[in-house]
Amino acid sequence: MLYREAGQFKTTYAADQQIFPIRQDRLGILVLLVIAFLGVPLLASEYWFSAILIPFLIFALAALGLNILTGYAGQLSLGSAAFMAVGAYAAYNFQLRVEGIPILVSFICAGLTAAGVGILFGLPSLRIKGFYLAVATLAAQFFIVWCLTKFPWLSNNSSSGVISTQKLIIFGHELKTPVEKYLLVLSIVVFLALAAKNMVRSATGRAWMAVRDMDVAASVIGIRLMPTKLLAFAVSSFYCGVAGALYAFCYLGSVEPDGFSLDMSFKILFMIIIGGVGSIMGSFLGAAFILLLPIFLDIALPFLAGLFGLPFASETVSHIQILVFGALIMFFLIVEPHGLARLWQIAKEKLRLWPFPH
Amino acid sequence: MIKKFKPALAAAAVSLAMLSQVSVAAEEQFFPLIDYRVGPYGSNGQAFYGGFIDYLNYVNLKEKGVNGVQMTYEECETEYNNAKGVECYERLKGKAAKSAGPIHTMSTGISYALIDKSAQDKLPLAMMGYGRTDAVDGSVFPYAFPLVTTYQMQASAIIKFIKDKNAGNLAGKKIVYLYHDSAYGKEAIIAMEAEAALNKFTLVQIPVAHPGNEQGAQWLKIRQEKPDFVVFWGWGVMNQTALKSAQKVGFPRDKMIGSWWTGSEEDVVPAGEAAKGYMAATWNVSGKQVPVIADIETVVYGANKGNLQDKAKIGTVLYNRGVSAAVLSVEAIRKAQEKYGKGKAMNGEQVRWALENLNITDARLKALGATDLLPEIKTSCDNHEGSGKVKIQQWDGAKWVPVSGWIEGNKALIHPLFQASAKQYAKEKGITPRDCSKEK
Repeated sequence: MLYREAGQFKTTYAADQQIFPIRQDRLGILVLLVIAFLGVPLLASEYWFSAILIPFLIFALAALGLNILTGYAGQLSLGSAAFMAVGAYAAYNFQLRVEGIPILVSFICAGLTAAGVGILFGLPSLRIKGFYLAVATLAAQFFIVWCLTKFPWLSNNSSSGVISTQKLIIFGHELKTPVEKYLLVLSIVVFLALAAKNMVRSATGRAWMAVRDMDVAASVIGIRLMPTKLLAFAVSSFYCGVAGALYAFCYLGSVEPDGFSLDMSFKILFMIIIGGVGSIMGSFLGAAFILLLPIFLDIALPFLAGLFGLPFASETVSHIQILVFGALIMFFLIVEPHGLARLWQIAKEKLRLWPFPH
Repeated sequence: MIKKFKPALAAAAVSLAMLSQVSVAAEEQFFPLIDYRVGPYGSNGQAFYGGFIDYLNYVNLKEKGVNGVQMTYEECETEYNNAKGVECYERLKGKAAKSAGPIHTMSTGISYALIDKSAQDKLPLAMMGYGRTDAVDGSVFPYAFPLVTTYQMQASAIIKFIKDKNAGNLAGKKIVYLYHDSAYGKEAIIAMEAEAALNKFTLVQIPVAHPGNEQGAQWLKIRQEKPDFVVFWGWGVMNQTALKSAQKVGFPRDKMIGSWWTGSEEDVVPAGEAAKGYMAATWNVSGKQVPVIADIETVVYGANKGNLQDKAKIGTVLYNRGVSAAVLSVEAIRKAQEKYGKGKAMNGEQVRWALENLNITDARLKALGATDLLPEIKTSCDNHEGSGKVKIQQWDGAKWVPVSGWIEGNKALIHPLFQASAKQYAKEKGITPRDCSKEK
């Protein structure tokens, strides 16, 4: 009843081609953006900004990057964390070595650097695919972390290899509070997410999906494989690189190469698997699930234990949390192998018929 | 759909309500414990934080708190993960607004991530025996305290120990520095290089990649190099592997000296016979012969309020280290109360002042029953380290035996390195250093 597109006629090409063809979707997104930009800053506490919302947005961006590569172009990658590391260290070095470079420009340069590295490690994809490609991207994961530890120039000769990021100054104003950092991250993520949404429904995106579904068929209908695959690697790494720069500058404030470990790459991969492979929205849902559920369990479990008078030691709580988390992942994968995004899609289809299903 | 999620929503609302409840009674001193008991280094964390919490309870039980102020704490599990550490810090920071003991994270990575935040929130960050070591220079880092001693001073003290063994001369000797290839392992290189230049010995650096359970190539290299000593900076599983590999290539273990993160029971027991004779630095002895440790066992575990489930850990190196960290923290609270009012809870700013003006003498340590748990400590604005002394202990196959007195590193050589590094940090971050001559 509420979610029905009957009566919404499209009279122009522009109306037919817009991102969200259904009016309710447009309104929904608009309301979501208003809440994110205006409502949240008014209501959320500092804890929410620095510990939950900022990392959620950053990881959603990284997952989005991986989703472009894996979900849309079909190239499995295990190097997302390494590309984030490239972004973080590149942004740091641009700030350090280029006099007076605006922070946003160095973020973009960081993304471009990561894109360059991504193309380099994407080259094997021209010859190998599937699990073999995953192993090749694993090389990126180890090589980049090794490289950042090996060459002290990259961390400005810091004795420990840890870099401490510079101040965030935009148009002469220093971003200090978590709210300001949140708004910066949110703006970048919204912009890049909309760009990705547009990209995947353009000719480029359709070429990616054709390659994903069957690369021989794609080349037969005239899609050149090399530029298509490498472009996917470049765009994906760009997103991961920007996410890495934000991770260093807006979230932790100091990073070390070992922080961008294989664990983190897996975490990002799980985000898209849980959220939905080949879905922009899935990246956000997956990031929320993987990132927020452990925190929620961490807070809820001791409370529940107290409620039922169970004497849990803090390490037991941590173990139970890992158990429950693992069980929930399996539950979701069994109930809905296509991820949370698919659940949302099913919900929308049901809503169309509600309250009078056939 | 909505029905399905209702319980989840309710639980979320409940947890939110819990979060917003941040009332701490006036006569309670709150310790935000950003700790770890699971994950790769979980067993180390259990011993350390077990000792820490036991001592807090001990103070509560034995003397009814510090001047009547009860010690309270809340734990948050980090699993030694930087991002989780930040989340924990943000979660506990609200509760720590009114009263806060020093934060001990037992992780270099988390400490790095918290250095700016804690200074902004005015919460003191203690880093006993880990980085960021240039925070020794308190003019740039007012809220960070690498207390007791640092990696660089430790490396220097180890070299001094070796030098004394060689009749005060190291010229022409060869020393291998075998290290965990991470921030932790690399911190001491700068000190080793400075010592090598000063004492004219040859330094060979050999890194081991994380986690270090395969060291065949490294020990082959050591055999080729034929060094006089191996200075060893390992972590976790790397330690026992190194001892076993040393045995395999026939390198004498009593020529191997490790850092304080390689010298606990967890490191040598799994290596078995291979560990015998191996030496490591420490700032606290092990064993229950320390009066306060024995007393904790009777008072706290007697009242059934002990934190450890595995009581065998009491008296181990890391347990005692946790107690030493708590002794230092509680002494800081005491010091702060002397200045800002006895019987009151102290906030982060007040505890910070106390940490900067600590003066724990041997007499005071004796009164606390903590002789040999800590060296004498006297901090100031330009010296947040306060001591720089370590002992060398040797594993005799069953327990750690101290084989030296307190050895102080070469301060004149090492501290200028800290100041230079702190200065660079201040420049990068646009911090104007405090004038230490004006601090009281």
